[in-house]
Amino acid sequence: MTDHYIVLSAILFAIGTIGFMTRRNAIVAFMCVELMLNASNLALVAFSHKNGALDGQIAAFFVMVVAAAEVVVGLAIIVTIFRTRRSASIDDANLLKF
Amino acid sequence: MGTIAAPTIGYALLLPFIVIFAAACVGILVEAIVPRDLRRAAQLLLAFVAVGVALVVTISNWSAGGDVVVGVASVAVDGPTSFIWTILLVFGAVSFGMFAERKVTAGVSAFAPMAAAVPGTVAEREAIEDRREHTEVLPLALFALSGMMLFPAANDLITMFVALEILSLPLYLLCGLARRRRLLSQEAAMKYFLLGALSSAFFLYGAALLYGYSGSFLLSGIDDAIRNGVAGTGPQGTGLLLAGMGLMAVGLLFKFGAVPFHSWTPDVYTGAPTPVTAFMAACTKIAAIGALMRVFYVALGSDRWDWQPLMAVVAIATMVVGSVLAITQTDVKRMLAYSSIAHAGFILTAFVGASQAATGAREGQLTSVSSVMFYLVAYGAATIGAFAIVTMVRDSTGEATQLSSWVGLGKRSPAVALVFSVFLLSFAGIPLTSGFIGKWSVFASAWSGGLHWLVVVAVVVSVVAAFFYIRVIVMMFFTDQPVEATGAGTAGAEVVRPGWTTLLAVGVGVAATVVFGIYPGPLLGLAQQASEFIR
Repeated sequence: MTDHYIVLSAILFAIGTIGFMTRRNAIVAFMCVELMLNASNLALVAFSHKNGALDGQIAAFFVMVVAAAEVVVGLAIIVTIFRTRRSASIDDANLLKF
Repeated sequence: MGTIAAPTIGYALLLPFIVIFAAACVGILVEAIVPRDLRRAAQLLLAFVAVGVALVVTISNWSAGGDVVVGVASVAVDGPTSFIWTILLVFGAVSFGMFAERKVTAGVSAFAPMAAAVPGTVAEREAIEDRREHTEVLPLALFALSGMMLFPAANDLITMFVALEILSLPLYLLCGLARRRRLLSQEAAMKYFLLGALSSAFFLYGAALLYGYSGSFLLSGIDDAIRNGVAGTGPQGTGLLLAGMGLMAVGLLFKFGAVPFHSWTPDVYTGAPTPVTAFMAACTKIAAIGALMRVFYVALGSDRWDWQPLMAVVAIATMVVGSVLAITQTDVKRMLAYSSIAHAGFILTAFVGASQAATGAREGQLTSVSSVMFYLVAYGAATIGAFAIVTMVRDSTGEATQLSSWVGLGKRSPAVALVFSVFLLSFAGIPLTSGFIGKWSVFASAWSGGLHWLVVVAVVVSVVAAFFYIRVIVMMFFTDQPVEATGAGTAGAEVVRPGWTTLLAVGVGVAATVVFGIYPGPLLGLAQQASEFIR
């Protein structure tokens, strides 16, 4: 039964990765990263259940806290660049290349 | 009712990390309560005292000896940890000296006066006229330093993940705080943040899969599971192991700046304020390779036949791409960024060799960990020194990072050009510099690991890499300035005399490069003693 959850987490992780690579808005790309972190949480909890130990569930709490801190930093950076450029598109940020 | 036994933490051994972390927290309080004109001095005092105390404690713990796992099995304080902590603290302190520099920029720091103000607006102009500055950069850098210390010392994957984030998040912010060229800086911060967040998600999913495979987050627990084979998992278990290993490798190699996960490096190194670039280039690399070696030697060492071939390919790709693209660069900071990628490749050759006592290295032979640690000292010293010189060479628009404005620098400021040449020669691996001993030791340990073909490729690539370093030296000393460059407006860069803290960074760089190049014995011996991870 827990195998289904692990498959689901792999699907969510893949959706997050593909979304990150295809979407052009920084906020959406960032949401895709959050989806990947949540997929990892699901995997951690499912494995924890499978192994009959609690440490995977505790790890999920750590991940939530870290993800929250990452949101703070990430949104600060994206909002700053939006105020400067009036755009949160990743394609517009192209001053630095090769 | 059962009683819960209090865990033993081992505060004494963790003290260096705790001191740095606490100093960063106190630094935030200083921002809140100390009057504005005293803040800079208070922050600097706090940062240097903290680093000094941490350094003394690290060295005294190290000389007391003993490899111990502390903090409820979450942190391993062993030889490599002590060595890496020592060099992180030294290079951290030296780069904080560059953070403090105000003389080259006419009395202001290298950081934005008010990061929240939109560039070119009234708010920004007022902030500049008020001579404001963000003294928060030092607490942020201290947080990053504490994360860097925890990252290679972590003994379980969750501690390692948390440390990865503690080191990354402040760096994302620091990258966006440049005073000049703020759009570039903000863009660098965004790119670094988005790609960094992606890579840490990969790292975490890899950790989850390894947990699923072994039922443990501890590195030694994963090692046990691989050695004993997990009952009843079969091919699915192996799949979890290989997928987890691959995803972890992506996360770690990203931080290390190895090809194909290097694309952020040139952009971020160019856009970030130069003191931050120096800090990142030296210290993040040290922390990342430390963690990479710990995970792959301690947890995944028994499965090294699976990862060695792939890592060898990564090492070659990293060396070649870094060296070849560095030749085409026209910007000094970008060139140094590609050079750091090439050096990541040279370090990876020793890592792939995996020549450790556990894998049959002979007594007294140079192991992979010790040669990598020596290389890190050589590379870190030259990198911080080189970036310190980049902050000093300026024209009317700020730092003159265009290589074309460095033409003829040897005639205008021979001393600075000479020192920069020493760093470039060390990067190139010319004898009598520490870079040569570093290159020799990583190639020797890769050779004794049995990867002879990899060493041959690495030697060929290091000849290619030497070309672009020598080219810059030729440009500084032996090329005449083109006529149009001496015309109005685009005059070549001048060297601005910096404050003593930047001179200290240059001095430490030169001293380490020359001394460890001529007399490497003691440092190599020290690295040799500290070469085995505790299991």
